[in-house]
Formats: sequence, structure tokens, C-alpha cells
Amino acid sequence: MNSYGILARFDSPKSLMHAAEKVRDEGFEKFDCHSPFPIHGMDEAMGLKRSKLGYLIGFMGMSGALFGFGLQSWIHSIEYPMNISGKPFFAYPAYAIITFELMVLFSAIGAVFGMMFFNRIPRFHHPVFYSEKFSDVSSDAFYVSIEVDDPKYEESFVIDFLKDIGGTEIEVLKDEI
Amino acid sequence: MNGQIIKSKAEIRAEKLLPGNQDFTSITEDIAGVPEQKNTPIQWWLLFGLALSLLGIFAGSVGFLIWEGTGVWGINNPVFWGWAIINFVWWVGIGHAGTLISAILHLFRQNWRNAINRFAETMTLFAVICALVFPGIHVGRIWVAYWFLPIPNQMAMWPNMRSPLIWDFFAVFTYFTVSLLFWYTGLIPDLATLRDRAKGLKKKVYGFFALGWRGGNRQWQHYELAYLVLAGISTPLVLSVHSVVSSDFATSVIPGWHTTIFPPYFVAGAIYSGFGMVMTLSIIARKVYNLGHIITVEHLDKMAQIMLLTGCMVGYAYSMEFFVAWYSGNPYESFAFVNRALGPYWWGYWAMIFCNVVVPQFYWFEKYRRHIPFLFITSILVNIGMWFERFVIVVITLHRDFMPGAWAMYNPTIWDVSIYLGTFGLFFTGFLLFLRFLPMVSIAEAKLVLTESDPHHGDHHE
Repeated sequence: MNSYGILARFDSPKSLMHAAEKVRDEGFEKFDCHSPFPIHGMDEAMGLKRSKLGYLIGFMGMSGALFGFGLQSWIHSIEYPMNISGKPFFAYPAYAIITFELMVLFSAIGAVFGMMFFNRIPRFHHPVFYSEKFSDVSSDAFYVSIEVDDPKYEESFVIDFLKDIGGTEIEVLKDEI
Repeated sequence: MNGQIIKSKAEIRAEKLLPGNQDFTSITEDIAGVPEQKNTPIQWWLLFGLALSLLGIFAGSVGFLIWEGTGVWGINNPVFWGWAIINFVWWVGIGHAGTLISAILHLFRQNWRNAINRFAETMTLFAVICALVFPGIHVGRIWVAYWFLPIPNQMAMWPNMRSPLIWDFFAVFTYFTVSLLFWYTGLIPDLATLRDRAKGLKKKVYGFFALGWRGGNRQWQHYELAYLVLAGISTPLVLSVHSVVSSDFATSVIPGWHTTIFPPYFVAGAIYSGFGMVMTLSIIARKVYNLGHIITVEHLDKMAQIMLLTGCMVGYAYSMEFFVAWYSGNPYESFAFVNRALGPYWWGYWAMIFCNVVVPQFYWFEKYRRHIPFLFITSILVNIGMWFERFVIVVITLHRDFMPGAWAMYNPTIWDVSIYLGTFGLFFTGFLLFLRFLPMVSIAEAKLVLTESDPHHGDHHE
């Protein structure tokens, strides 16, 4: 049996946030705070940096717009210029709509798949799932998890620490082998 | 103060939206309990049977249409666009309320939307599928429908990017894709809830789609940003889609179509009809599944207020069209509008005015906004009215254009009717399967309405 980390349960968003602040101040790095819904202010409490996802979405949006505009200009000016009811070949005002739509489409794809990339999902195995009780986290439970590869990790120290800051049902995450 | 418990504004608001003593556990139980129930309510089976029969009619009619060609419809010269485009615009319009609720109300932090957004987004998804059916089948030779796409080919044949019809294709296609992504992103935490509560095969299936979600804040951080950005880009998207749909008409030179009021007027009408549909569906679902404490009268009241607003906007657009037709001094324009109200299809015009202008005026009164049977009936009338609006725009405008020699009357055939009814089968089959297998209210977001979800809950601010 290998151990992968330690879980501690908290009873409300408020206590989870106070716990997060203390875990952060203690100097842990590889920890996470699990809750059934996003908690406002948790990023600061955990000391997380702003998500970089926005840059990716911005890049995708601009690529979409450029692709859309480029595609239309190329089709009607270079690939097959065709006179349709006397409209100019490079009728750029008419290209605005598809340019916009492709910008939106690319940004949305960037937002969703970028979110998955930054979150490293799909990932179906994770040490927290070794816990029986962890499944409550998607309903009404609040957990702090500290992972074994944290530089400050030492089992008995972490257990005592989590108890001190008000955690209950402390559990060492172990696989079944 | 004399031992009284003083409630904050947020608490009072939360109590209105989630009455009774609800907590995180009870919300999960109530919402996840629906797809988990062993005995599906008999009403569900009845509706599903009906929906499947209509879906059968749909498949048969579309099959016949493809076999025989678009001549089976009632379209003629000059009414080249018949029920197909009416139904297309109608269904797309219905979809718009879903995006409005999920995106625009999210940006405005209207958290009452949390009880109805999943519902409305699902409605959007299936409504847009129904809408996409019509441009797909109206081409007649459906096997070359891919010509819509700019695919390099040996014929060097490209779509005309300067045509509003191709803008429309891109707009609706983007709209569908973005709605699907938005809907799925919202579902991920809830699928994790269902995964954690299920056993056996169900656990595997829900678990697969939940992508291994663990609700850690390191995940929520990116998730929330992605959700916010999706809401942000869906807002201009939804306004653009119906504007582009309206440009199919507005860029032509037909009197009655060639007006600049079309884009905002179409968007307002779309939101109006979409809220009508959300209202109809949510009244049925809260009744069948006893979710009156989650989708409350408060929610229905707020939806009725938006319908009042958008109903007045379309009413304003109808009168402004008449004013401009007169003020322009263009005899063709004036004739087109007089013909709408007093011509051979006068009944279509007045049905539209009754349903879209007269009916919503009742929503000025709180008594009617909270009267559920009244809301149910009027929400259906709203959608009938909005169907007639498109009938007025398409058929009444086309049947009399410039030259009296080109005039003709339009009569739909049985195939027009059966394909339209069939799309209800497509819509309700999908929607009922959603009600059966997925949480119809966002579990994670419904909890955010509770004041306990605020990490500063109970702190004293004197």
C-alpha cells in the first residue's frame, strides 16, 4: 500500500476557506480545497495566481477572426473571383459576420478545451478517489487534500496540522494493493 | 433589536428563491433524485409515447420529402418560402431565451436564473436542432447539403460569402456548437454528483462524461473563468444570430422586408417566444416532478416580467413598421402593410397582434404573473403568436409584391403540417430523455443561491 496524500473534512464553505488560508500560510504547495460549488474568494485564500486561460481564449478568438476574414477574402479575391450581382470581389464589410462568428466559435472551443487542458481532465484516476467518503464532496462536503509530493509532507505532521486547523475525519489516501 | 432575528437582504432573497428549510444535502437529493428515481412517472411515459409517435411522423414525412422533392410542400410562385423558413425562424427564436438566461443573466449576476438555466439551455439545444432540420431539408437534394461548407473541391465551387444565407448558416452552426459546449461545461460538476451517487454501469457512464471532476478549487478556478468567458461571448453571439436571421429578409428589396428595424425586432421577438417556451416546459416539469420549491412562483413571475418587456418591444416594432411605411411615402411599402392588416390573410395578422401585443399586457399585474394556469395558457399563446409573426412576415409579404400579375395565394399541404408537427416529436423526445437521465436544474449553481454558500455567511457587519 502506497500513500498518496491526506484528506480532512470541513463543515462549511467558511471553515474551508479559513483552513485554506492556514494551509497556505504554513507553506504547503500541493494542496487543494474541494467543494460542491465554486467558493468566492477561495483563489486568494489558497494563494493561487490568476488563471492563464484568458490568454489562450484571446489567442483562439483572434485566430478565429483572422481565419474567418482570410478564408472569405481568399475565396472571393484569389481562389475563384466570381461576379455575383456586381458586388466587389473584396467586399470586406460583408465579411464582418462570418469573421465574428468564427471568432466566437474559436473562443468557445478555446475556453472549453483550454479549461480541460489547464485542469488536466479527463483524468479518471486520482488519489482522492481512493477515499470512500470523498464522494460526498459533490453534494455537501468540504475537503482539504494535501498531496504526498508536497515538499513539506510528512504524514504525522500533516495529520496533526489538519486536526489543529479544525479538520475532521482525517484519512490517509492509500491504494488497495 | 428586541431579540428579533434581523435578516440580511441576501437571506430574504434566498428565501424567496428557495423557500422552506433547504440545505446543500436537500438540494442534491431533490434534483439528483429525479434522474435516479426507479419508477418513472406515468405522465413521462405518456408524453414520451406521444413524442415518439410524432418523431415517427417526422421521419416518414422527411423521408417522403427527400424521395419526392420540395414540390410536396405548398410553396409556389411567388411564395417560394413557406412553412420551412417560418418554422426555422420560429425554432431558432425559441432557442434564444435559453442563451439569454444562461449567459446574459449570468453576467448580470441574476442568480434566480440558477433554477431554470439548465432547463433553458437544453431547450436551446433541441430547438436549434429542430431549426437546423429545415435549412438541411429545404435544399431538396439533401445529399449535397455539405455544399454549404467551404470545402476545397475539384469543381472549385465555393459558397458565396457575400450572401446573408451563408452568414445565417455560419451563425446558426456556431450558435449550436457554442450552446452545446456551454451546456456541457455547466453539466460537468453535476455529472460528477450523479457519478458519486450511482452504482454499476450508470456510475461508469456518468463518470465517463464527468471527466474525473473532483471539485477542487484548482479546477473551479479555470472552470469559472471558462464559464464566464462562454457567457461573455454567448451574449453578442445570441444577439447576432437572430440579427443575421433577420438579414435573410432585410437585405432583400421586397416591400415589408427591406427595413432596418428587423434585427432588434427579431431579437426581441426571439427572446419573447423563448421565454414562453421555457415557461410552458417549466410549468409542466415542476408539476410532474414536484419541484415547486426549486422552480418557484417567484421564477415564473420574473420570466413573465421579461415577456412583458419583450412583448412590448415587438408591439412597438409592429407600430413602428406601420409608421415608417406611411412616413416613407413609398406606395409599395404602404400597400404591403395595409395588406397585412386588411388583406386576405388578415386573420394571421390579428392573431399575431392578439397573442403578442394584447396577451402580455396582463403581465403588468402581479395577480396574473403568479397565476399558474393563466401563465401556462398565455405562454402557449405567446408561441402561437410568434409563429404567426413569421407567417405574416414570410407568406403575407411574398404573396403580393410589386406586380399584381405575379400575385398568388399560398396553401400549405399535409406535408408542411406533418413536418412541423414532427419537429415537436424531435424536440420532446430529446427533452424528455434529458429530464429522465440528467439533472434538470444545475445542482452546483442552485446551491449558490443559499446564503450558506457565501464564505462570509454569519459574519457581522454592523
